[in-house]
Amino acid sequence: MLKISDLVKEYPGGLRALDGISLTVSEPQVVAVIGSSGAGKSTLIRCINRLVEPTSGSVRLDGEELTTLSRRALRRARSHIGMIFQEYNLVERLTVMENVLSGRLGSVSLWQAFRRNYPSEDVSAAFELLDRVGLKGRHDDRADALSGGQRQRVGIARALMQKPKLLLVDEPTASLDPKTSRQIMRLIYELAHERGTPALVNIHDVALAQASADRVIALSDGTQVFDGTPEGLSPEVLNDIYGEEDWSATIRKVDDDDNGDENGDTEAPVEKSKPAPRDIVRNGAVAE
Amino acid sequence: MSPTPTTATTALDRTTWSRPPVFFTHPAARYGFWFALAAYLVWSTGTLNIDWARTAQGLPRAGDMLARMFPPDFSRSELLIKGVLESLQMAFAASFIGMILAITLGLAAASNLAPRPVYLVARSLIVLSRTFHEVIIAIFFVKIVGFGPLAGLLTLIVASVSFISKMIAEDIENMNMGQVEAVRATGASFPKLLLYAVQPQILPRYLGVCIYRLDANIRHSTVVGIVGAGGIGMTLSATFKRYDYDFSLAILLTIIALVFIGEVFSTWVRSRLR
Repeated sequence: MLKISDLVKEYPGGLRALDGISLTVSEPQVVAVIGSSGAGKSTLIRCINRLVEPTSGSVRLDGEELTTLSRRALRRARSHIGMIFQEYNLVERLTVMENVLSGRLGSVSLWQAFRRNYPSEDVSAAFELLDRVGLKGRHDDRADALSGGQRQRVGIARALMQKPKLLLVDEPTASLDPKTSRQIMRLIYELAHERGTPALVNIHDVALAQASADRVIALSDGTQVFDGTPEGLSPEVLNDIYGEEDWSATIRKVDDDDNGDENGDTEAPVEKSKPAPRDIVRNGAVAE
Repeated sequence: MSPTPTTATTALDRTTWSRPPVFFTHPAARYGFWFALAAYLVWSTGTLNIDWARTAQGLPRAGDMLARMFPPDFSRSELLIKGVLESLQMAFAASFIGMILAITLGLAAASNLAPRPVYLVARSLIVLSRTFHEVIIAIFFVKIVGFGPLAGLLTLIVASVSFISKMIAEDIENMNMGQVEAVRATGASFPKLLLYAVQPQILPRYLGVCIYRLDANIRHSTVVGIVGAGGIGMTLSATFKRYDYDFSLAILLTIIALVFIGEVFSTWVRSRLR
């Protein structure tokens, strides 16, 4: 399905965000991509649909090489790749329905798009998706009238309207509270499996990644440092991912989420089913 | 995050605080600046060559002019109405044509959408047309197309396009790029991107700016007439030359009413655009 080989992205100025990533997703599974900020997670998924142009390497989706496509062919390829964002990125002044239907922009004419005159199968698919994500009856609300969790549900519906071959999901829960985060991740997991669509999910919350992914990949400084099952994330592995040498020092000095949390999250499988694992885990870590 | 107690802080005064200065960190520089400013003001008014005797004469002259203005003479209403209508036509037509033309120029002048060369050309055009005041542009057009409303219309179009397109460009540059990225990620082409990600974000402000410009054009249409570019201003300038001060006052009152109505309308419409 998705085959990435030797993907490199070097930003102007010399920052090497991706340093030879190879990755194959050959079945419909949810792949969580973890790693500290700046590890290259966002760059990785944006290099797939070329919102960021990769410097070198290859990305193949269902056999088609994406990195060399012409602009027109790239637009067509993008129309088969759904994307979900941290800030939801709904067009706020448009209605929920327009936002969902915009997932079909790659397949309707400019005039149809302008007149909001979408084919009836698209409209009924949009209604069904809105029901499925739990927003029945909200189709005429303006997107900026919704709460964060509801907006992300619209974002999910928009991505799925594309009938995607692949879902790219960038920090879908980073702006949401823990409970909504869980619901959103569960929804993404269920829909990816219902529709047989593989999903690449960037995520900061290690416990949530473990709870809602089939496979976990970890990036550090633009290279892949882990690829395995959620259960395989041992404390040693997490030390590798987030930098061993700073580990103990940062825990002592900072009360901030990042490091403290992730340290605690090594024990997370036990806490998996609890609604708000972050706080429980943090208390555990403090008690240590 | 609990603050670690240190021994050094105890010596400091912890009861007073004032905001650190931004510009002149040294007090001498600060007082020096204020002194220099005061000295400059005294010097500059002293060198303006104000003729106080002539200025004193002005008061009785103004009184005389005011006396001859009353009562305002509305008897030549035909001329007045013709001038007002011409000004209004100029203002409306210029605003409409301006708001259409400004879309293209505004898009071209937005650094986050337009390619670099296009952006530079568009920005230079806007800067160039904003360099000159309407009256100067009007003189230029009067020389080219002759006296009359066409010169005024062209002047107001140039002014409207540069103003509205600058506003559009700045609005586009400030829009939320996340929404643009999301629509781009669906495989939308550039025109669809404009339709679904750009237009919804800038439309309310664009309309607001256009209405504001209509209001401004009504005001400016009265001014450009003074240099011969048509409209009520041309009539006004003629009355001053012929010392028809009572008719001048009638025109001035009409302009005040017109601008007032324009202002009220513009404020009302813009308050409803959200």
